[in-house]
Amino acid sequence: MHNFTPLASLLGGILIGLSASAMLLLDGRIAGISGILGGVLKPVKGDTLWRICFLSGLLAGGLLLKILLPGAFDFGIIRPFPLLAIAGLLVGFGTRLGSGCTSGHGVCGISRLSPRALVATATFIFAGALAVYLVNHLLSSSL
Amino acid sequence: MKAMLTSFVSGIVFALGLGISGMTRPVKVIGFLDFFGAWDASLACVMLGAIAVYFVAWRWSRKMPSPLLAPDFALPKRSDVDAKLILGAALFGAGWGLGGFCPGPALTSLASGALPVFIFVIAMGIGMYLYTWVTALSPTSSGLAIPSTGSTQDA
Repeated sequence: MHNFTPLASLLGGILIGLSASAMLLLDGRIAGISGILGGVLKPVKGDTLWRICFLSGLLAGGLLLKILLPGAFDFGIIRPFPLLAIAGLLVGFGTRLGSGCTSGHGVCGISRLSPRALVATATFIFAGALAVYLVNHLLSSSL
Repeated sequence: MKAMLTSFVSGIVFALGLGISGMTRPVKVIGFLDFFGAWDASLACVMLGAIAVYFVAWRWSRKMPSPLLAPDFALPKRSDVDAKLILGAALFGAGWGLGGFCPGPALTSLASGALPVFIFVIAMGIGMYLYTWVTALSPTSSGLAIPSTGSTQDA
């Protein structure tokens, strides 16, 4: 595991946890990114501004990273564009159908010991591993 | 208005956490999901750190009558595991493994200005609209109905 970065990843995870905790304790909201974005794409009156504020914060944080930690955008692997487009479609559709993604289910839901989040997280990690196995080990010669 | 500021600052901290942890780098995400290759366990540390903090916050929140800056908690109430949840998570996971991005890191990475990220995010938005469109086609199918507020959603 020559790429293993336990300390940086733990620190980053703690920051994610603190951000989600602030959303819970101050605003009473779940910091689930797909849910926050989905609510902007299909707006409900009076329930949109906080979402735009959070997403603006994500982008502002991204700009800070670009200046302070440009290595964060050293992607390492970029799939071919058609594959990225299919991946995006699956992520968009799947997170709405399954009511959550890595943040909502994987962090907030698991912490609340929600059975739905536990099942969803196990499912998306398994499906992700299957996709990576297909692309990296079965189809790699054709990409 | 304070709640809006909290949302904005939380978004910034969330993005910094994603960047520092390595989640904005598909090579780390795909490395974590590559159990049959050079497995990179870093993402398990991200989840561990985030869950450890949020678990405490969650326990604390249950003793609070209301959040500090809002009248009520808007939290998911469902506990039933249905086919929608499993199929949705499976589709999402497949896309996550294929592209190496999930929604938070993808949106954060827009700041890099890199074209592949824009392609992924636009496709993700189309995927979300497709879901809305499919559910609008079958309004009688209660199983696919979108709740009108965020409170019945998990995330």
